[in-house]
Amino acid sequence: MKLSPERVVLDTNNAHEHGHGVGDHLYVHRHSLVHDLPAQVKTVAAIVFIFMVVLTPVHAVGAFAVYLGLVFVVVKIADLPFPLVLRRMLIEIPFVLFAVLMPFFGPEPRVEFLGLSLSQEGLWSAFGILAKGTIGVATSITLAATTRARDLLQGLETIGVPDLLVQIASFMLRYSAVVTDDLSRMKVARESRGFSATGIKHWKVLANSAGALFIRSYERGERVHLAMLSRGYNGTIIDLYKPVVTKKDWRTAMALPIVAASIMVIAWITL
Amino acid sequence: MHMPDGLINAPVSIGAGVLVAGAVAVSLKKTKGSLDSQTAPMAGLVAVFIFAAQMINFPVAAGTSGHLMGGALAAILVGPWVAVLVITVVVGIQALVFADGGLSALGINILNMGIVTVIVGTLVFALTMKVLSKTKSSIVAASAIAAFISVPAAALAFVIEYYLGGNATYDPMTVLISVVGVHLLIGIGEAIITALTVGAILATRADLVDGARKFLPKEKLIIKDSVVS
Repeated sequence: MKLSPERVVLDTNNAHEHGHGVGDHLYVHRHSLVHDLPAQVKTVAAIVFIFMVVLTPVHAVGAFAVYLGLVFVVVKIADLPFPLVLRRMLIEIPFVLFAVLMPFFGPEPRVEFLGLSLSQEGLWSAFGILAKGTIGVATSITLAATTRARDLLQGLETIGVPDLLVQIASFMLRYSAVVTDDLSRMKVARESRGFSATGIKHWKVLANSAGALFIRSYERGERVHLAMLSRGYNGTIIDLYKPVVTKKDWRTAMALPIVAASIMVIAWITL
Repeated sequence: MHMPDGLINAPVSIGAGVLVAGAVAVSLKKTKGSLDSQTAPMAGLVAVFIFAAQMINFPVAAGTSGHLMGGALAAILVGPWVAVLVITVVVGIQALVFADGGLSALGINILNMGIVTVIVGTLVFALTMKVLSKTKSSIVAASAIAAFISVPAAALAFVIEYYLGGNATYDPMTVLISVVGVHLLIGIGEAIITALTVGAILATRADLVDGARKFLPKEKLIIKDSVVS
């Protein structure tokens, strides 16, 4: 690995962490316009954008090309490495198979292609699922790669997601490393006793681990809760830091879904 | 499985989102009185448990393996209301932080994997316990049946969404037979894993199993002579 020196500038005026926080598995640290936008603004923009894409008629091939281009522009602005984004998009593969098989089973009329008889409607549907799914997964990855989990949770609370859900989610992210470490210690313990799971006959052992994991997690929850109560927790968490959201942030972020909305409307009118 | 964007149309996706919001609102109300300030840390750790339990690979044969979905398990372990909140959080975090499942399909994914499995699991568990004797082994059996039914029920929910707003040309009847058929098989795995897990917890900390609480007699504290002397 080569370290690029320009990335290792100490930013003393604007002190912030450069490490990965909890739950930031997909997060890629950069200094960009996209990273700097408040999390809830980005999330709303991404969701509205995806709905515009989903609402677009499948025959508007050009519109989908523009949407994909727009996502790539955002990826570029966010300074994310393209190979990384592409690699993470492989998560979509099972649905690619679902879509690819469709033209073979679709209804009449059929078209001949390379000696295969394919359903025209099936081809369009397959294209629609692939195009929308691909743009969707690229958008999700861009959102996850530019947003810290902590900021996301804080941001979601400010746009009306119930406090209790946000608290559950933050406990989940905070303790996910602890509990998955518990799980891997159990795995090491099992394997150092000569156990290897090869078939259904071993499910009992694995389920015992799952049971033990539940008891450990639940008891940890009790301990955490008691520790919090003794420090004055009364069911709400007070944030000392409230992110400031300006109208400009909203305008910047909503530019993407607004452009997409106009393309969607044009696509419906011209088809 | 987490649905991507574009498979189900926008109106049905939004409709599913509205149903989820309703179910979450009811669950928040129900948990408010009973657990109150305890809910957050405990439910958070249960969410991590479900999330981690989904990572345990159960080998089937010839290199294939499956994992737990956990809706019915969560419902039996912590009760339906907390379970709805927990699975909603797990699926939501998977979509927003791990980019797993489409953003427009978030409502659909939570509805199928969280709400439907929890409701069906809870109902089947309660009905089965009505006819069975109130022992630990019947709780395990009822967990198995609840988990088994919950999986094809989630698949059926998907087929209904597909029928209402699917963007694909597969005939809904074909989808019904293949998707529900496959999930009947997956349901067998879910049933075995859920039952074994509930059994393991009942053996050591039966008091933690919400579904078992009202069926099992209060344990008495016994101090055995051999231990004291």
